[in-house]
Amino acid sequence: MAQSKNTFLNFFSGRKLIIGVPYVWFISLAAIPLLIVLKISLSTMETASVSNMVDWSKGWPSLTLNFSSYQFIASDALYVKTYLSSIKYALITTIICLAIGYPFAYFMARAPKHIQPTLLMLIMLPFWTSFLLRIYAWKTLLVNNGIINNALISLGVMSEPIAMMNTPFSLTIGMVYSYLPFMILPLYANLSKLDIRYLEAAADLGTSPLKTFWLVTVPLSKAGIIAGSMLVFIPSIGEYVIPELLGGSNTLMIGRVLWDEFFSNNDWPMASAVAIVMILLILVPMALLNKYQSDQASDKAGA
Amino acid sequence: MNLPYKNIMLGMLLGIAGLGLVACGDKTAETTTSAETAVAAPAGDEEKVLNIYNWSDYLAEDTIPNFEKETGIKVRYDVFDSNEILHAKLMAKNTGYDIVVPSSNWARLQIDGGLLQKLDKSKLTNYGNLDPDILAQMANLDPDNAYMVDWLWSYTTVGINVDKVKAALGDMPMPENAWDLVFNPKYTSKLKSCGITFLDAPTEVFPIALKYVGKPAHSNNADDYKVAYEMLAKVRPDIQKFSSGGQIDDLAGGNVCVALGWAGDFNLARNRSIENKSPQNIEALITSMGGYMFMDTMVIPADAKHVDNAHKFINYILRPEVHAGLTNAVTYANPNKAATQFVDEEVRNNKTIFLPAEDVKKLIPPGNVDNATRRVMTRYFTQFKTGA
Repeated sequence: MAQSKNTFLNFFSGRKLIIGVPYVWFISLAAIPLLIVLKISLSTMETASVSNMVDWSKGWPSLTLNFSSYQFIASDALYVKTYLSSIKYALITTIICLAIGYPFAYFMARAPKHIQPTLLMLIMLPFWTSFLLRIYAWKTLLVNNGIINNALISLGVMSEPIAMMNTPFSLTIGMVYSYLPFMILPLYANLSKLDIRYLEAAADLGTSPLKTFWLVTVPLSKAGIIAGSMLVFIPSIGEYVIPELLGGSNTLMIGRVLWDEFFSNNDWPMASAVAIVMILLILVPMALLNKYQSDQASDKAGA
Repeated sequence: MNLPYKNIMLGMLLGIAGLGLVACGDKTAETTTSAETAVAAPAGDEEKVLNIYNWSDYLAEDTIPNFEKETGIKVRYDVFDSNEILHAKLMAKNTGYDIVVPSSNWARLQIDGGLLQKLDKSKLTNYGNLDPDILAQMANLDPDNAYMVDWLWSYTTVGINVDKVKAALGDMPMPENAWDLVFNPKYTSKLKSCGITFLDAPTEVFPIALKYVGKPAHSNNADDYKVAYEMLAKVRPDIQKFSSGGQIDDLAGGNVCVALGWAGDFNLARNRSIENKSPQNIEALITSMGGYMFMDTMVIPADAKHVDNAHKFINYILRPEVHAGLTNAVTYANPNKAATQFVDEEVRNNKTIFLPAEDVKKLIPPGNVDNATRRVMTRYFTQFKTGA
């Protein structure tokens, strides 16, 4: 008796409660909505509502699953092209963010300790202004009669404005600009913990600084690189606002196709199916990566 | 890499993936519960509140304050810029709005879906002010005019920056049918240099394109859409952008010189250009083929909580001075016969706002297509825009 009372108390002990919070978060904010989206994707559209999947009219539940939305995704090349195009832009964004963000984070981490909080503050500062406002600001910079073109023309560098707005160029700038802090922050967190004695040891053993960087610093910061890249890549794939405001009308992005399915076609099951396929496209590589890393970790542990 | 760190990272990523889904999830949760909870509020002692959802830039400065002063009803006024967004909100139910303003063809879909409620015309003492011709036109979609009262109306047409178009065309004369300016490569290839823009909605562009290629404007035949698409594809390289909300700024700012858009917006752009003393001379064109008529109508959602106040507001709008005030402010025509004398002379005499009767007859009436055709239409529009 005393034993069971103890377990009961243990169950509500602070430790379990704290571990439970992420699970509650995950189930209520990720798993359940995901299941609802999955359910809609397997329904059909009626005039102004989604069909009921479970029918009770005969006195017992009869389940109707409709896979036509998924069949349609496979039958029209538009969706494959759009997924590929979204992944392409997300990859370009991630690579540029990494190329800019890594040196950025590196020098921040090597800066004198007392100015590091200030540098960190400067990275966060743009978040104080609305994201939408900052994207609109890019518009005023990039348009044909905008600041950059006008400045270049008045300097005599060129006579005709360069069309920068509504091109893949403006789209990439907007995406890199918006997501760069998400690359820098995890990299900085990682690099600032790097034990400087490893580098000293490498130097003592006669390794050149460049080689040290490549053989010591980069491998040790792998966790930061992966975290930063994921934080940039995943939201980039589904990005809707930036392509709408800065991209051209010929830019294929999955966010726009989703919008079309949901609003123009008024086909919620189809929109949900497109979203589910996109989530799978993101989750499967992530799960593989996760497995690869845990295999590696256990190999090391075993060795 | 140590394990706890990786787990945190994975948790973080899943959390972010989850956040993206919450928005969709919430809406669907509403759909499943709201059908049963929609209860009409008791009439008579209604709360002094009215929630309105209307198009942006679509009323006079004094419309709402005067109504509030007179009735003591507090108005919450929100805006949207596309029928698609309004329709999705209504479908999710529990919008909280008491009056929404869809275009008549969209309102028809909402009637079919049981999303709207019938008007109580005994409460609309000013109903007799409405133009019988417009009511007859609306009855095609809304038999007996049971659900909709027109707010304002206009039509989709070609708008141009007169001087820039003349300069770009050179010694070429203006076409007999102004639609050639946006649909005929002979003209678009020249106008490309000063900028062509289209509305970014398949339901706006296709009825006109279909009529232009000699097909029924609201065709349900997929082959007709292919023909219209092939015509559109030829002018695609000459089109600079697709935008529904930005045409007033683009025309008034001189960024584009030809637009497929709303006549009311072209007149607004014209006024804005004159106000700013900018050199852009914007004009809405009356085409020989005719444009695409749209009526934005006040309707009451089925689950509205302040139905009585909604009727009071509709009746207030139907007063001649109030309805005329809307037209004066936004240069869209009103359906109110009694209001004409209160409309500013300049607006009243503008033929592109109050179309002559023979031009009204040429307009494509508002209409709908079936769901399968809508998908075909959207698909061709995507192909038109992106080439994919």
